Amino acid sequence: MESMSVMASDMGYDPRAGKTRDEIEGTTQEDRARDLGMMSEQLKNRSMEVFFEVGEEENLIYPYADKVDFNKRTELDCEGKPTTQVNKDIRALMEEGYGTIVLKNPRGMHSVGVGILNKLNLIIEGSIGYFGVGLIDGPNVRIKGRVGWSCAENMMSGTVLIEKNAGSTFGAAMRGGDLVCRGSVGSRTGIDQKGGTIIVGGDTGAFSGFMMQRGRMIVCGNAGKNLGDSMYDGTIYVGGEVQDYGVDAVQAEMTDLDKAWLTRKLTQYDLLPEKGVDHFTKIVAGKMLWNYDNLEPNEKKLIL
Amino acid sequence: MCGIAGLIHRGKSSDVGSEMTSMLTALKHRGPDSTGFAVYGEPNAGDYIMRLKVAEQEDMASGYDMQDKIDARVAMVEKRLAEHKASIKAKDAATPYAMRYVITHDGDTEAMARYIEDIEGTEILSLGNSLELIKDLGDANVVADNYGLRDFKGTHSIGHTRMATESDVDIRSAHPYWAFPYNDVSVVHNGQITNYWLKRRQMEHKGHRFMSSCDSELLAVYTADNLANGATLEDSLKASIEEIDGVFTYLVATRDELGMAKDTMAAKPLVLYESDDMIAMASEEVAIRAILPQEIDTTDPYDEEIRVWKA
Repeated sequence: MESMSVMASDMGYDPRAGKTRDEIEGTTQEDRARDLGMMSEQLKNRSMEVFFEVGEEENLIYPYADKVDFNKRTELDCEGKPTTQVNKDIRALMEEGYGTIVLKNPRGMHSVGVGILNKLNLIIEGSIGYFGVGLIDGPNVRIKGRVGWSCAENMMSGTVLIEKNAGSTFGAAMRGGDLVCRGSVGSRTGIDQKGGTIIVGGDTGAFSGFMMQRGRMIVCGNAGKNLGDSMYDGTIYVGGEVQDYGVDAVQAEMTDLDKAWLTRKLTQYDLLPEKGVDHFTKIVAGKMLWNYDNLEPNEKKLIL
Repeated sequence: MCGIAGLIHRGKSSDVGSEMTSMLTALKHRGPDSTGFAVYGEPNAGDYIMRLKVAEQEDMASGYDMQDKIDARVAMVEKRLAEHKASIKAKDAATPYAMRYVITHDGDTEAMARYIEDIEGTEILSLGNSLELIKDLGDANVVADNYGLRDFKGTHSIGHTRMATESDVDIRSAHPYWAFPYNDVSVVHNGQITNYWLKRRQMEHKGHRFMSSCDSELLAVYTADNLANGATLEDSLKASIEEIDGVFTYLVATRDELGMAKDTMAAKPLVLYESDDMIAMASEEVAIRAILPQEIDTTDPYDEEIRVWKA
């Protein structure tokens, strides 16, 4: 596990080990789904009742990853290159077995690092533009600057850690993994979020959690208007003021489990406020929903 | 989609022409149809700079006598300037259809401007003591080269790359818009205004002129109307959040200020960079990085956010 310790020092946190393709062969579909974090929430018809285990494996697991040598490290200069070339270069380096790639001089370039479908330490030394690291499944990304709109959209698994601010639609339609911004983010954060965890160290703008369907969002600062508007499910935690709530978003009671989980998550990314997490507000969907997970197979056929 | 950009050098003149060209070149993918610049040089007390077009670019390919018509229109412009006792100190023509005059004038500039715009095909793009407004079809490099903009020195500037959605691809629908007849006020906009016709009718009843059917022109007229009624730029921006419907982010520049406003939905982007000697903003960070390659801190304004900076 020497490689993991190198990664931990590089990334500032400690991701868990994945499974290799061989190890996956013998597991059931249910186990694989659970490993992907798709069944981490036990739903009980009423969407307010969301339970989870403090010790649960988070969504960092990527079961189909090939073995990666995180010690094999290289740098890639984006200067003067178009985005497609940078993304092709990243793929070529991954095929050569590099487990840690450092991107230099991205200078607000759009669509950097999209569609990375394997484990990788990607360190971006600067700011990136729109749709940065979208559609990723597995890598651990650290961005030392700011990101533009739609960062990590449709992210499946892995971790993305942003040191500065982020633009709007942060983590749109995200399905798994951890997406962390130490600064403030724009509007519509986690729109259509379907899983995973979004963590914001600062404030978030209007319409955050709009149409949220699953997963959790933690905002340490304030939230703008219409928080959680039209949310179906999922949980939002806000440490500061909420300007106002959208339709279907209601406050729920913070349980000991919530507090333990929040403390663990925020400690992991060094964002735990000095006064702890007792002051956080928990927001969930207030409407009664059909819970598709609990339908019998013949009922599913009827509605699909 | 459209791309907008703004730039202020606090308290000094700089190469705003070439810097804005670099910013708009980086935003070309947001709109390749037309590019426009509003650049502010050192205020020229007493003298007015008038930029106008006497035909559209596409007119140049129509008919056998277009050049004759243009010559006649230019002659008429100069005749009408003389009728209003304006003396021409300098005259340039960057293209056959775009003119730049430096004039001295003491009388009613609005009446003079209306009289000149009465000439067929003629539109005054800007009139003021420090504003020069340049807009044409093509990307930022084409327009900057054709109009010799790269050498322009000034304190602040706004710019626009347009992807036509609401109206035609021509110069009259290109941004920035001059807030007629307000000296030195210009507007660029990214978005769609959904109560355009309602507000346009209101403005037309008040006697304001519309030269195009582009919804962005409304913002220039609306701003001019507010300023004429004694509102400050900040008041006008604030009021627009309530009164203008739609999704928009727009920038307004005056002789000594630059302001931004973002709608209630925060649906159109803007990235801000602020330092003691410089403020830069653009639809995308890549435009700011085109002039500031070093690592900088940038932020996104939120919904209903209004900012005004002194240039």
